[in-house]
Amino acid sequence: MDDLPLLLLRLALAAYAAGAVGGLIAGRAAGVARAVSFGAAALGALAGVAGAVAGLGGGAPGAAAAAPLLPALLPGVRFTIRLDALGLYFALLVSLLGLALSLYSLGYTRDFAGRRNVGLFGAAYNSALLATTVVFLSANAVGFLVAWELMALATFILVSTEHERDEARHAGVLYFIMSHLGTACLILGFLLLFQASGGDGFAGFHGIGAKLAAGPRGAAFVLFLAGFGVKAGVIPLHIWLPMAHPAAPSNVSALMSGVVIKAGVYGLARAAFDFMGPPPNWWGATVLAVGTVSAVLGVLYALMEHDLKRLLAYHSIENIGIILMGLGAALMFLHSGHPALAALALAAGLYHTLNHAVFKGLLFLGAGAVVQATHTRNLEELGGLVKRMPVTAACFLLGAVAISALPPLNGFVSEWLTYQSLLLGFGTTPGLTRLVFPLSGAMLALTGALAAACFVKAYGIAFLAQPRSGPAASAREAPGTMLAAQVLLAAACVGLGLFPLQFLRLLNPVVAQLAGQPLPAPLAAGDGLVLAAATAAGGTVSPAGLVLTAVCLLPVPLGLWLGFGRRARVRRGPTWDCGLAGLTPRMEYTATGFSKPIRMIFKALFRPRREVQREYDFSPYFATNLRFESHLEEIFQTRVYRPLAWLVLRTARRIRALQAGSLQAYLGYSFLALLLLLLFAL
Amino acid sequence: MKPDAIAVVAQTGLLLAVAPLVGGVIKRGKARLQNRRGPPVWQPYLDLAKFLRKDLVISAQASWVFSAAPYVVFLSALLAGLLVPTISVQAPLSLFGGVLALVGLLALGRFFLALGGLDPGSAFGGMGSSREMTLAAVAEPALMLAVFTVAIAAGSTDLSHIVQAAQAPGWRLLDPMHGLAFAALFIVLLAETGRLPVDNPATHLELTMIHEAMLLEYSGRHLALMEWGAALKQLVVMTLLANVFLPAGLAPVGAAPAALGLGLLAWLAKLAAVALAVVVVETVNAKLRLFRVPDLLGAGFVLAALALLSSFLFA
Repeated sequence: MDDLPLLLLRLALAAYAAGAVGGLIAGRAAGVARAVSFGAAALGALAGVAGAVAGLGGGAPGAAAAAPLLPALLPGVRFTIRLDALGLYFALLVSLLGLALSLYSLGYTRDFAGRRNVGLFGAAYNSALLATTVVFLSANAVGFLVAWELMALATFILVSTEHERDEARHAGVLYFIMSHLGTACLILGFLLLFQASGGDGFAGFHGIGAKLAAGPRGAAFVLFLAGFGVKAGVIPLHIWLPMAHPAAPSNVSALMSGVVIKAGVYGLARAAFDFMGPPPNWWGATVLAVGTVSAVLGVLYALMEHDLKRLLAYHSIENIGIILMGLGAALMFLHSGHPALAALALAAGLYHTLNHAVFKGLLFLGAGAVVQATHTRNLEELGGLVKRMPVTAACFLLGAVAISALPPLNGFVSEWLTYQSLLLGFGTTPGLTRLVFPLSGAMLALTGALAAACFVKAYGIAFLAQPRSGPAASAREAPGTMLAAQVLLAAACVGLGLFPLQFLRLLNPVVAQLAGQPLPAPLAAGDGLVLAAATAAGGTVSPAGLVLTAVCLLPVPLGLWLGFGRRARVRRGPTWDCGLAGLTPRMEYTATGFSKPIRMIFKALFRPRREVQREYDFSPYFATNLRFESHLEEIFQTRVYRPLAWLVLRTARRIRALQAGSLQAYLGYSFLALLLLLLFAL
Repeated sequence: MKPDAIAVVAQTGLLLAVAPLVGGVIKRGKARLQNRRGPPVWQPYLDLAKFLRKDLVISAQASWVFSAAPYVVFLSALLAGLLVPTISVQAPLSLFGGVLALVGLLALGRFFLALGGLDPGSAFGGMGSSREMTLAAVAEPALMLAVFTVAIAAGSTDLSHIVQAAQAPGWRLLDPMHGLAFAALFIVLLAETGRLPVDNPATHLELTMIHEAMLLEYSGRHLALMEWGAALKQLVVMTLLANVFLPAGLAPVGAAPAALGLGLLAWLAKLAAVALAVVVVETVNAKLRLFRVPDLLGAGFVLAALALLSSFLFA
């Protein structure tokens, strides 16, 4: 049946809407509200996954016809959706993560009972899923912007769930302001396209950029980059992200990091590849540069964090950077006339988009389970959880390996594709420009290695060794639904890592739509276990093959064990304590200590400041009292945003003189404005 | 090319057999240069056999991650070794991954090594893990840029193709690109294998050790696997350096046993040369302060960038 995907996705949207309404009706009846809203969301997400896979798998439509979503309520205001490959791919992303998150929320929100309005939370959660899905499927600009705003509003409510804490309120408001600055850019950008096209349909926008003059065209691109960049959290527009993601409940953090910021990636891909026509070189170079800077700075800031959720939030900035590296390289290849390479780079970026949603979702869910069990996000108070929360710990470890881009999991596959496209990019342009590709590849390598360092820290401090506080020592494993969600996402990390070709078959129509050319033959084959870049001679990799070989090699260490050490016994003993009276958790390495060498190496960036006060009797080495403080300067806030905010406030103070409360004066202004307009008209 | 079971088994055996020897030769060479007699070159084999027979003491604070880490470290290094051409231009597992997978596998081993260092909760292990991950992060860009340079020149990330391209006529050993990339990779080799001036493999002083600090709590067969894994990693990086920049003597695809024998001899000779270079560097250099090491690795990065630049300036 041709319209099966459409039917399924409509069903998904209807389920989200029902979940939202049901949640509101159930209100504070926690048990009912939870079952209704998250049950409906899970069913909707399941329908969404089925619909998106059916749509992408069934020879996916390149630019399908638009279908009305709602009957026209106001003349001229239409809401239409269409199932084109790009939208379907992102719908798959939101549905897949939505499924795991809804499952998780069933257990997670049990903690809310009696404290919060579960119904309202569920309604906002369902609205966010609904709005995000509509954003991806919208076929006209007005519908897109309305859904975009609904998404921002719903997530604002979710971020402010714990509104009694200053941190959450502050984060919510900052998110709201930044989000609206972004939307303002988008509205201006769409207005420019609207002028050229004469309608607001996305079908009419296809390639419309070619009709614009160079000036407005560049302006439209910059507006889209800024507008979608705010949502995606690219540096320097990122400041809301590390505040909003940790302040929210963990299922919301996962939703924001996994899906909502991907709306920025979707928008950028839609605008840059679908709307704006053939790209000039500086577009791709800008996106690549922004991506590289975001990746490196994002991971460096992540390393400095000892708040588990803020650490993960900074990693979102890093991964958005990696995704943009793929998209930027693809734009540069389109400019230099290499659509096949553009297809490869796009596949890398879009593959990483889904991968990031999966492993970051998984990590946030794990962090949520940890925070719920210990009531702290501070790494320095965790430890030893691998014994108390074994399933969460195992899933978190898989997520950590995946996000560090280590074989054989999914992060490695998408970064491998990114490396390959950057390497092949060297031959596409003459002159010094070509050096950009390997240099950003080297920065990607730096990012990957720093991410590995960061997750050794996060995992080693939070899950290994002895518990560093009472709550960590008495932590209990999370309930079954929360574990099931984590296992589901961990399985997705493994599956996307071991079977990339089977997945690339779904991605191929998306790439074909955006780059104008499908993936190179070895990647588009759709079966087999060996991933090749543009050609088999250019390099191959097979995570599944490596895993199989490792299993075949397992007899070597086991044989050594049986051959030599059959009589060796295993004893348990305390860790070597240098002859002291036993190790205490206070002697363990801390997260701050772990990242100290990196803080020192990059001190020009972090500007660390520390204060140590010692009280001692006879020698400073035997202090009776010690106070230690360590601070980093948040360079973007002190150097960029604070002066900017100050400037705005100062201007506002000047303008305030106009608004003195005198009605006569206001009438005078209106008259003056009218006069000026008339003068202009003449 | 499809993986050939015989080649996989043969190379596995070869790597396992030769890896401890390299460490033994370096130790012996260093002793000779310092006017000491030094241990025999086969001492590492005896050590491994001893470790394997010994009882294990596992920290009561440690978890399953601590016990799993040696297997991951050992197997990832061994797998990485199967991606590198040793005596023939065809690496047995080149289909399953090229130089990017090799770097990834080494990073996977390092990830678990560092986790194993943190798990017993000793401050030594934490310090070692922290330093290991930091230095690896700083070394990674130089490593990758040097690797990119040769990969771009060969048009492939597959090490068998890279080696074959290097063998092709017209390639000059001393052209600026290969010379600079070799220098960059040699610096990375010192860092990756924990050699002076980056790390001192002979020390057990708390404040200076990096690799050893992570192994402090390991004993018995776990320690054996960790040591053997480190030796394998050293062998893999050295082979990479030797065969990519000096592919002479490698047996062609489908070669006769005689050519393979010649390849084996050439490989051992090249390894001996690289080991000798390491011995000289270790003997004439003092260990650098930890915060001076990034300068050294930064120099490696600049060398690699220059190699890249010269690859098309002089092409």
